[in-house]
Amino acid sequence: MLHLILFLAFGAVCVAGAVNLLVQRHPINSALSLVVVMGALAGEYLLLGAEFVGAVQVIVYAGAIMVLFVFVIMLLNAGVEERTKGSRVALLFGIPGMVIGSVLIAWVLLTRSGSGEVAIGALPGPPKEIAQLLFHQFLLPFEVTSVLVLIAIMGAVVLAAKPGPAQPEKKEE
Amino acid sequence: MVPLSYYLALSGILFACGVTGFLIKRNIITIFMSIELMLNGVNLSFVAFAAHWHALSGQVFVFFVMVVAAAETAVGLAIIIAVYRTRETLNVDQINLLKL
Repeated sequence: MLHLILFLAFGAVCVAGAVNLLVQRHPINSALSLVVVMGALAGEYLLLGAEFVGAVQVIVYAGAIMVLFVFVIMLLNAGVEERTKGSRVALLFGIPGMVIGSVLIAWVLLTRSGSGEVAIGALPGPPKEIAQLLFHQFLLPFEVTSVLVLIAIMGAVVLAAKPGPAQPEKKEE
Repeated sequence: MVPLSYYLALSGILFACGVTGFLIKRNIITIFMSIELMLNGVNLSFVAFAAHWHALSGQVFVFFVMVVAAAETAVGLAIIIAVYRTRETLNVDQINLLKL
């Protein structure tokens, strides 16, 4: 019972944050509601027992990635988005589409899927066991992601670097 | 005990919200945030299935998804900054030329 109540509370916060992200016009408000969604999702992970994933969710997603977003929003001085003709058409078809889609997904999942149940803290994922898996079974993907992150760092620096004045030519002697 | 389908339904709703944001938003940064919302929705179903099948590898996949999302965010935001420098706008309706 407690599990269900906590699940519903965190889930309500999640959905409210996601809907608020869609409703808000200013990007900084959308970013802050995305932080709320991510924090509530960390709560859901903790309910499932995934403590490591919950902690990483808060540190990496709600911390690092969202700070990056807020930084870029403030750097570019992004203002309230203006409505254009294209966005009204998207609004007209997008919102009914979302409502129909999510109701359909929820209905199919709630009525047609099996009667599997998840207990509170069903699968504890302590860092030790995650590390055992990560450094034995998933060692190659782990190393590949490290290369990916390195390339991403270099790509971000190259793309965001200010195209400065051309290299000063060497003085002829 | 909470049915597994509740978790999957929440995950589906979050994903649908992300798709909608991707479609209706006109600010390129908000569109990017909608993509993050979709990734989060998928992560929740990963963790729920991991708990259901008692397979810890589901949580390791979530870790990989987070790493890829972080890399994607860094590159994507750098692209947004580069686009803003040349176009002076963040509205995707006005970014319709490959070359200026």
